[in-house]
Amino acid sequence: MQRLDSQIVIETPEGISLPLTPAGPGVRILAFLIDAIIRYAIVFAVFLVLQFFGDIGSGIGLIAMFLFEWFYPVFFDIFRHGVTPGKKSFNLRVIHDDGTPICFSSSVVRNLLRVADFLPSFYILGVLCMMSNRRFQRLGDLAAGTLVVYDSPSPQFAESRIEGSQPFPAPLNWQQQQAIIQFSERCNTLSEARQQELANLLTPITQDRDQAAVNTLLRVANGILGRQ
Amino acid sequence: MKQETFENRYQHDWQAFEALLEQLEKRQSPSVVQFASHYRRICHYLALAKARTYSPQLQAQLESMVLRGHQQLYNRRTQFLYNSIQFIVLKFPALLRENWRFFWLATALFYLPGLVIFLAIQWDPNIVYTIMNPHQVTEYESMYDPALRHLGRERQSDTDIFMFGFYIWNNVGIAFKTFAGGILFTIGSLFFLLFNGVFFGAFASHIVNVGYQSTFFPFVVGHGAFELTAITIAGAAGIKMGYSLLAPGNLSRLDALKQSTKVAVQLLLGAAFLLVIAAFVEAFWSSSTLLTPTIKYIVGGLFWLVVAGYLTQGGKGYAT
Repeated sequence: MQRLDSQIVIETPEGISLPLTPAGPGVRILAFLIDAIIRYAIVFAVFLVLQFFGDIGSGIGLIAMFLFEWFYPVFFDIFRHGVTPGKKSFNLRVIHDDGTPICFSSSVVRNLLRVADFLPSFYILGVLCMMSNRRFQRLGDLAAGTLVVYDSPSPQFAESRIEGSQPFPAPLNWQQQQAIIQFSERCNTLSEARQQELANLLTPITQDRDQAAVNTLLRVANGILGRQ
Repeated sequence: MKQETFENRYQHDWQAFEALLEQLEKRQSPSVVQFASHYRRICHYLALAKARTYSPQLQAQLESMVLRGHQQLYNRRTQFLYNSIQFIVLKFPALLRENWRFFWLATALFYLPGLVIFLAIQWDPNIVYTIMNPHQVTEYESMYDPALRHLGRERQSDTDIFMFGFYIWNNVGIAFKTFAGGILFTIGSLFFLLFNGVFFGAFASHIVNVGYQSTFFPFVVGHGAFELTAITIAGAAGIKMGYSLLAPGNLSRLDALKQSTKVAVQLLLGAAFLLVIAAFVEAFWSSSTLLTPTIKYIVGGLFWLVVAGYLTQGGKGYAT
């Protein structure tokens, strides 16, 4: 089935298909900028403190600069499961393209290859590469076999807003049942006018209008789900 | 089974699993003995929910639990220190010998053009100005002027730690760039190897022409064993990575790249290890002005033997 959204599906060894949503260039650039600001702020602070220790301090500062330049994301990939502070602020995470958590060597590859993605300047090659594949992988991601995906928060159950159940006046196939269940689950996120507008589409069958039609559909959904 | 009954019957199991996940994600050490079977049970619920087309929201809830469980079950927790030592002592030299073609190619690309330029400048000293501009030439000359008390970049002897930091930052950075450039169908690595080889050859030749060899060669012979070898290994790793894109064999280009990169990055980490040693030797040994050139030549020669011995004999019989 051709999908309209950018979701991809990976299959686990247990035979379960997991949907993942890769993050596009825009949000990743913003996350990168936040990380860059944090990195430079820390390096600046380190030099500020170490300057009191003369050349020894500067030497240690240079090593710190080296470590921050190359291994700042590696640190978070290993100890924070692929979430740097910049990625956290946009709910992103790095994982292997088979859905498993990122490991040390993959993290080193994807972060060292930033040099190649940077070419000719300002990460033009990396962004072009990201835009030319469905999973938004830059060169470093392709070589390391990693993905940047949205971390989906655990979904919350919407409260059922109505008591009782009733059958639908006509037989429903499973797709139609799904549509009614989805309507009941999304009801809370829609305005009242929109709820009624949608429910009124079924007026020829249910003979109800406006709020009564909405309530009828919610009760039908209760019936399909087995709620009393 | 209606969805509501399903939910009511298994709700407590899901909640227990989520509690377990939260503990694991916080790295507390709960009883993980039953984690795998619990996780498989959750997968089973999800499969049921999908097959029975329960509501998308229930499916999404179970899916997110499975995803989190997957992350925990397939997490690779390794003994970092033990693995690092094993890697340095056994795996890295064995892996390098397995990729000897790339190593010798990189070595040739680095030294041969350097040698050609060296001889050319011996024949006509002015050729050096086609590679370096006059300002650079005088700047580098001043580092090795025997009339000065220090060696290498201008400094006092008590700033060894500063130079150690500088060499780490600068040289390991160059090695990383030499490696990363290889992903562009080997071109980046080839460029860095040729460029550095030519530059080094030109400079060494010029130093001989101006007669500073008594300070220059004793300075470079020690750390050169580690540094020059490491740069060629980084270049070899980059070429290996790029070559897999040029000649992927039976694999797709993407799969070939992934496979070769797994090995290449280990070669690079070995090279980085050699560069840290090089920085240490360069900052604390090569720069010393108390030692006579003879001692430096002897120890430097020993370093070359150590590196050659390590790379040819280390990890013999170790299956990579």
